[in-house]
Amino acid sequence: MNLLEHAAKHLVLRNGGIAIPQGIVCHTPDEAREAFEVLRRPCVAKAQVPAGKRGKSGGIVVVTNAHEAHDAARSLLGTCIAGHRVSAVLLEEKANIAKEYYAAVLPDAAGRAPMVLFSEEGGMDIEELAEANPAAIRRATVDVLKGFSEEEAAALVEGAPHDAVLAPVLVKLYDAFRAHDAALLEINPLAVLDDGRAVALDCKFTLDPAAASRQPELAKASVPEPLTDLERLAAEAGLKYIELSGNVALLANGAGLTMTTMDTVSRLGGTPANFQEIGGEAYTKAEAALKIVLAHQGVKSLVVNFCGAFARTDVMAEGVVAAWEALKPDIPVFFSIHGTGEDEAVALVRERLGIEPFDFMEDAVKAAVEAAR
Amino acid sequence: MIVRKETRVLVQGITGKQGTFWTEKMIGCGTQVIGGVNPKHAGTEHVGVPVFASARAAMEAAPFDLALMFIPPAAAKDAALDAIEAGAKTLVVLTEHIPLQDVLTMHAAAKAHGARIVGPNTAGIVTPGEGFAGIMPGHNPNIFQPGRVGVISRSGSLGTLVCLNLTRAGLGQSAFIGIGGDPVIGTSTREALEALDLDAGTDAVVIVGEIGGTMEEEAAEYARGMKKPVVAFIAGRSAPSGRTMGHAGAIVTGHRGTYNSKRSALEAAGVAVTDLPRDIAEAVASRL
Repeated sequence: MNLLEHAAKHLVLRNGGIAIPQGIVCHTPDEAREAFEVLRRPCVAKAQVPAGKRGKSGGIVVVTNAHEAHDAARSLLGTCIAGHRVSAVLLEEKANIAKEYYAAVLPDAAGRAPMVLFSEEGGMDIEELAEANPAAIRRATVDVLKGFSEEEAAALVEGAPHDAVLAPVLVKLYDAFRAHDAALLEINPLAVLDDGRAVALDCKFTLDPAAASRQPELAKASVPEPLTDLERLAAEAGLKYIELSGNVALLANGAGLTMTTMDTVSRLGGTPANFQEIGGEAYTKAEAALKIVLAHQGVKSLVVNFCGAFARTDVMAEGVVAAWEALKPDIPVFFSIHGTGEDEAVALVRERLGIEPFDFMEDAVKAAVEAAR
Repeated sequence: MIVRKETRVLVQGITGKQGTFWTEKMIGCGTQVIGGVNPKHAGTEHVGVPVFASARAAMEAAPFDLALMFIPPAAAKDAALDAIEAGAKTLVVLTEHIPLQDVLTMHAAAKAHGARIVGPNTAGIVTPGEGFAGIMPGHNPNIFQPGRVGVISRSGSLGTLVCLNLTRAGLGQSAFIGIGGDPVIGTSTREALEALDLDAGTDAVVIVGEIGGTMEEEAAEYARGMKKPVVAFIAGRSAPSGRTMGHAGAIVTGHRGTYNSKRSALEAAGVAVTDLPRDIAEAVASRL
């Protein structure tokens, strides 16, 4: 769940006590003209899209008067940058930069702890820098029981030209990461200005989706994922569905087994039409899930692959049979069913649909791939 | 992280629907469940074992080694801290969707107290013939049979399928270790591999991995020096690549984390990687 730059700056950085440039969000060229009249100094007009490398894509324009602000907004609004439509422009005072740095906090799986990253080489190409010169990126693992202290921050930035002004910013960045339930919080560039102040010129913030309910303001401000109609329907029903371009539809329980079913479809020469998993608490939603899977245009066969532990296969099979009898789809379906509730599930599919499940999922997938040819 | 006959298990959230159902199954196949936790039912009995107000109270009355959590996401951190502070050696955290910052707190507390977390978002751990802790159908002899193959899996459903295939091929399991599907988990593939390498009852190991993170690559470094054969399957070869917005994740993992990176790291370390799950059993059998 990503926030746009302006939302991340206001709701996360400013809230966490980190300085940001003065700026106004504009949705029309006229708003940009008015915003310039308020700011009354050289500005940058920045397209608000949840993607990196906006500068390289022409998404950032320097403007020196109200007329230019209006024209920049007009040229940016409605365009597409990195696959995202621009519906807002941030007009922001232009900073007089002495030096640009990089700072971020993210979870480190190996250390099972937050990691603070810092580099003296802030700017656009941090990914390339990591590739070319990994030593230029300094890292500190944080003990969350103690927090990230001024001393640890000072050690991380030691030797950087503006270390004294940077260390407190890193402490605040870490605190903001924790307090705002971030999955990622990044400032690039973190600029030190000619007047010696440290200011965040950009901000990327990803909200941990598992914490959305306790961060309602941030959840509301996050950019909705671009979904197809079927994906939206599934999301509303609390289901994980991804629409793909193939013709072998599939329904399985658990992300691991579902990915494996997809992989097996392609290994055996077919093309998967979707990802749809009904593991965990979603195992009771098989009927709704299958109706979405079958609504995909161009589906020529279906493979149902269950291996239940927590997810009861008898409950899932009940849902599949109910959806099948309601829709009476004109395509063949192939089953593989194992695990919790297996005997009841197999009996149900045999009696109500007259179908004998395969012993191995690979055989069910193979039959579905052949039927789709 | 391997459950034994002697392992004394406390079930947090024992009175819920899932807690009740799976505790009965665990007791049924010989697991030593010493009690459960639910502050509202403290002092009562449930499925034949005493219910305590907290893990701390349980530890005083009936010491335990392993705390198994049937706890909803919002309450998971407090339950974990209770178990860790009570002195649990191992926590098996089944809960999915625990907020990341809570998970980080749980890991830090576990480290400070020398406790091991398995999970979050795991289906649990199984030792066929001895006991199990979790929501794995470890009681089902069609799926799990005692034997000498250790299985490590990030996924419960796929891990179950792999054990079923091994059992059908006549290969029983020495231990199943469900390490969990969360991005930051308490027991890595490499640590589970090391435990099974050192386990006298294990002759071969199967790693059931998936795309994302770098755990399989790190496990490959360990597998290189192993005498026991290792076979792996990696899920997600055909998964569409996700969108990442920040650069920070890419900095830490570089080009690692993809199917190809995992497969080539494992193969370079002498691990047999199969294309299909059904080929795992044969690959194991031919290397024993």
